[in-house]
Amino acid sequence: METVSFILFSFLGALVMVGSIGTVWSRNPVTSALFLVLNFFALGGIYLLLEAQFIAVVQVIVYAGAIMVLFLFTIMLLNLDDEQALKEKFDLQKGFGILLGGVLLVEVLYILGLKINLPQKSTTLTPVEIGEAKNIGRELITNFLFPFEIVSILLLLAVVGAIVLAKKNFSPNT
Amino acid sequence: MALHDLLLALPITFATLWTILLIVVEATAKRAQLTFSLTSVGFLILITMMLFPSEQGYAFGEMLRLSPYSQFANFVFALSGLLVITLSQSYLAKENIHFGEYYIIVFIATLGMMLMASAAHMVVLFIGLEIMSIALYVLAGIMRKDLRANEAAMKYFLLGAFSSGFFLYGISLIYGATGEMTLFKIGIYLQENSATSLFWIGLSLMMVGFLFKISAVPFHQWTPDVYEGSPTPSTALMSTASKAAAFTALITVVLNVSSQTENNSNWIFALSTIAVLTMVVGNIAALSQDNLKRMLAFSSIAHAGYMLVGIVAGSDAGYSAVLYYALVYSLMNIGAFGVIALIEQQRELTSASDYAGLFKEKPLLAGVMALFMLSLTGIPPFGGFIGKYKLFAAAVESGLSWLAVVGVLASAVSAYYYLRVVVFMFMREPQAENQFEGVVLNPTLVLIALLVFLLGIFPTGMLRFAGEAMKFAFNM
Amino acid sequence: MHIELNHYLWLSAFMFTVGVIGVLVRRNAIVIFMCVELMLNAVNLSFVAFSHFLSDIQGQMMVFFVMTVAAAEAAVGLAIVISLFRNRQTVNIDEINLLKG
Repeated sequence: METVSFILFSFLGALVMVGSIGTVWSRNPVTSALFLVLNFFALGGIYLLLEAQFIAVVQVIVYAGAIMVLFLFTIMLLNLDDEQALKEKFDLQKGFGILLGGVLLVEVLYILGLKINLPQKSTTLTPVEIGEAKNIGRELITNFLFPFEIVSILLLLAVVGAIVLAKKNFSPNT
Repeated sequence: MALHDLLLALPITFATLWTILLIVVEATAKRAQLTFSLTSVGFLILITMMLFPSEQGYAFGEMLRLSPYSQFANFVFALSGLLVITLSQSYLAKENIHFGEYYIIVFIATLGMMLMASAAHMVVLFIGLEIMSIALYVLAGIMRKDLRANEAAMKYFLLGAFSSGFFLYGISLIYGATGEMTLFKIGIYLQENSATSLFWIGLSLMMVGFLFKISAVPFHQWTPDVYEGSPTPSTALMSTASKAAAFTALITVVLNVSSQTENNSNWIFALSTIAVLTMVVGNIAALSQDNLKRMLAFSSIAHAGYMLVGIVAGSDAGYSAVLYYALVYSLMNIGAFGVIALIEQQRELTSASDYAGLFKEKPLLAGVMALFMLSLTGIPPFGGFIGKYKLFAAAVESGLSWLAVVGVLASAVSAYYYLRVVVFMFMREPQAENQFEGVVLNPTLVLIALLVFLLGIFPTGMLRFAGEAMKFAFNM
Repeated sequence: MHIELNHYLWLSAFMFTVGVIGVLVRRNAIVIFMCVELMLNAVNLSFVAFSHFLSDIQGQMMVFFVMTVAAAEAAVGLAIVISLFRNRQTVNIDEINLLKG
């Protein structure tokens, strides 16, 4: 069982890595978006390995389904061509980018070598139960009720904001 | 959701319900003027609410923390919001973007800031930050036909989203290191256990997110472009209230991890280096700017540096000085941007030399602008002086005299570019006859000037308010 | 072999790094935004991993809210892209440099 899940993890992890590198690497925005979809699907699989069933389903529905479709729609709507060849000139920003990337990579290696002692928590739920929709739902309308309600204001703002910015023939009325 | 929670968090409950009312009214009546009036009423009610002492405690199962601290911060946000919308109206009408939605979005941005100041849990802190940021992205790009505004919105959006990524990663690692997301429980964990390196990486990533939002060096490059391109009233909001909100959230986080940061020489060294760089780079870059909006953008970077001095000091005196400075700075910067907006909507006058002779034609307007400039420099008897004095005094108290010295020297440099504007307004002849014809002084500006003046002469009341805010902030 | 917390954290940190480099190196506004989404997903992975190994539900709740925020951000961000494109016919941030200087 352990070996099976490790093989699954390696496979999905490789897909995640291919997806993320492909997103950054490919010249065509549509290809980038499709690599990102691949990444999100693989990530959904990894969530299943982590026994987070609900999050895994939501990941596929919301991220790979809704958000990426929005991206693809926009790309198609704007009819974007291939990006021009990246400038090979080594400018300051690129140097900064690679420097920052290097710093982060060192951090990655550091975490990899680290033995992380997680704090002990007294919980009643097992990891499997935590990932169930039942428990997540219960938590949402008890302890997390306030963020759950207030996030609706955020969605309202997004609706109003998107209309103000992108609707055609939007003019002031007094 | 018990009634008790709703009442305890009354300012936030009220602001949420009022937002919905505003949207319904705008959708049915479609009259920007009406929405403007209702938004102003909403802000006025919020300000009045903040002036009365209210119950304190945790609401909604330790999600929100209502205290004099959040009350003071909310007061600053609501006041800034009200002043900004009253200064926006004529500008928006002139630019033909007088949408009722503008006011709604300013109101929602204020709600986000209030959430940040009252947050007791990382989820609320994050949602508050995002509500504020997304609202500001829209405000930056609200001049849809103007290419520069589009561009500013794009830059602001990409960098804002980028920085929230860092912020969130920080939250995640802190969660991993402490096993908690409620701020005070993180604090308790850190008192009982030593911090792991995972925690320090998390805290530094979170700080990167904060430093982006307050535009501290080296995360400041976006500021001048975004401030210059956005419509001036939106700039006024994003350079003042949003910074104040980021600072209040920063203080909340730092206070809860104070058992690790207090007397930690690495932490003090890192933060004071950033403060010094921010003050120096901001002021020196501002020297060479001719465009007033860019000049104020660089100077706002410098002001973030002064406020960081108060955070480095790490004492209650330092934090309450930051709160007080946030109030004064918001007032004077909104005032300065208000004057620029007034002149900009009549003529395309943007550089300091264009203001030559303003005193001859519009003496009152020139006087008001001069007052803001002097106060921003930190010249007594205006509010800016008291604010800076308190910040630097707190640094000296905490044994960081050298930091205070750097701060004072940096302010001395800032005198050059602020006073240059004053010299142009008062001492030079206008470039053309009737240069400023049609510029009508907005009474709100006089009100702001009066407040800045009063905060300089009778600061005791407000200082006590800010001091109380810190005293009761986290002792429960 | 046994999968440990570190494996997940490594994967998450890798994704985050790739996202950051993408934001700094790419020039197309939409692709930059996709790289930001990559960063957010990296963070989500670390939240779920911590949540699993701590046996604590808060991490998964946070993921839920991050997804909501990402959706809202996507709506506004793409609206900004569209309004920019209407005026300028480009989303290449190198060509957008009116404000430099």
